[in-house]
Amino acid sequence: MEVSVTVNGSQVAGDVADRMLLVHFLRERANLTATKVGCDTSSCGACTVLLDGQSVKSCTVLAAQADGRDVTTVEGLSSGPDELHAVQQAFRAEHALQCGFCTPGMVMAAVSLLAENATPTEDEVRSGLEGNLCRCTGYHNIVRAVLAAAEAAAGSSGGPSPQASTVVAAEGNGAQ
Amino acid sequence: MIPASFTYKRARSADEAVALIAEHGDEAKYLAGGQSLLPLMKLRLAAPETLVDVGRLDELSYISDQDSHISIGALTSHHELATSELLSRELPLLAYAAAQVGDPQIRHRGTIGGSLAHADPAADLPAVALALDATLVARGPAGVREIGAHDFFLSLFETALQPGELLTEIRVPKPAQAGWSYQKFTKRAIDWAIVGVAVQGGNVALVNMAQTPVRAGMVEQALAAGAGPGEAAERAADATSPADDLNATTDYRKHLAKVLVRRAIEQARGRS
Repeated sequence: MEVSVTVNGSQVAGDVADRMLLVHFLRERANLTATKVGCDTSSCGACTVLLDGQSVKSCTVLAAQADGRDVTTVEGLSSGPDELHAVQQAFRAEHALQCGFCTPGMVMAAVSLLAENATPTEDEVRSGLEGNLCRCTGYHNIVRAVLAAAEAAAGSSGGPSPQASTVVAAEGNGAQ
Repeated sequence: MIPASFTYKRARSADEAVALIAEHGDEAKYLAGGQSLLPLMKLRLAAPETLVDVGRLDELSYISDQDSHISIGALTSHHELATSELLSRELPLLAYAAAQVGDPQIRHRGTIGGSLAHADPAADLPAVALALDATLVARGPAGVREIGAHDFFLSLFETALQPGELLTEIRVPKPAQAGWSYQKFTKRAIDWAIVGVAVQGGNVALVNMAQTPVRAGMVEQALAAGAGPGEAAERAADATSPADDLNATTDYRKHLAKVLVRRAIEQARGRS
C-alpha cells in the first residue's frame, strides 16, 4: 500500500507491503538507522519512537498505522549533528550509556515521559522507563540523567549546568 | 520477525469496519492498537488474511459520565484510562489497573476494547471488567447488543463476540461500594500477571487463575457472610484451574491467589 509518514518533519512516502513494520520503514525506507530492532517482541524498547508525540514500540506498529502521522526518531530530536537535545545532553553528562544499543529507545522513552510529566520523581522515572531494557548500566545513571534533564528544563534548584542551559536554549529556538 | 502476509484495510467508521469484516469473511480480524495481535502475528501464532484497522475511529474513543454509569469507547487507550480525572474519581480501580498494563509505550497504543476482545486470561482489564460488572456493547451485521462481562469471556482468547461483531463500548456502573484494590504479581515490570486480583467492594475477580478471568465466588460469599480478609482469602483458589507453566506451577498460583486476595481485600477495606 501507499503510505506517507512525516518523519522528523520530512515527508517519507512509498509503496510498502501491508505487513511492513514501522521500525523497518524507518530503517530501510527513511534510512534512519538509530532506531534499533532489539528483542523484536515488544519487550525491550530499543525500537521506541514517538508517534504523534507519544512513545510507541515501532516493532509493534505497522507502517500502515503510521500513514499520515508524525514520527520522531532520535535523529530528529536536535536540529543537527552538533546539537544535543536536553535529554541526550543529560545522558552524556550522567554517563547513562555504555554499549549504546538501548540508548535511542531509552532517550525517546524519556522524552515522552518528560512531555507527560515535566517534574517526575525518581520512582516515576523508573516506572516511566519500564518498557526499556538496558543490559549495561544497571539503570541508575539513566534515571539520574532523566532527572537531570527535567531539572535543567525547569531551571530549578540553583540553576542548571552551563552545558544544559545552552542545550535548553537551543531547543527553545525550534529544535523540536 | 514479520507477520505472514495479509491485506490491510482501514475503516473510516464503525459501520464501515463491520461491513469490511463481513466482506472479508472468517479470516479477517479487527486491528485496534495491535499490542496483543501484532506480536502474535509476528510469532505466526495468528495469521489473519485481512486486518481491518479500526484504530482511527475517534468516534470510539471517549470516557463519559452517564450518571448511573461511565461509558467508555472501545478504542480508548490504556494511557487515556490511566490519566482520566473522571475515571480516577468514579472508577479508580479501572484507572489504576490501566496504568499497570504493559509499559508506557504499550499503554499509548493499546485499547480497552482490544484488551477485552483479545481475552487473554493473564490480561489486567478483563478481570477488572468482571469485578466492576461492566456491560459490553457490540455492533455487528445484525445490529447492536449488550453483553454482560460475566457472559463475555468464554475460554482462552474466546469471547461471546460473534463473527463480524465489533466491541464498541464498555459501560461500567458506578460502584455501590467504594473500596477497591488491584494486586498484580509479575517477575518483571512489564510481564503479564502470574496472578492478579481486582476487588471492588465485595466483588473479587482473578487474573490468570483459569482459562478466562473469573470471579472468586467463594471469597465473595465468605465476605458477604461476614468473614474477615484472611478467612475469605482462604477460598481464593476454590474452583480455579490455573495453568502450570514456566512462570509458575499450579500450586504456586493457588497459593499466590490467596495471598493477593487477602492483600486486596485489606487494601479495599482501608479505602472504603
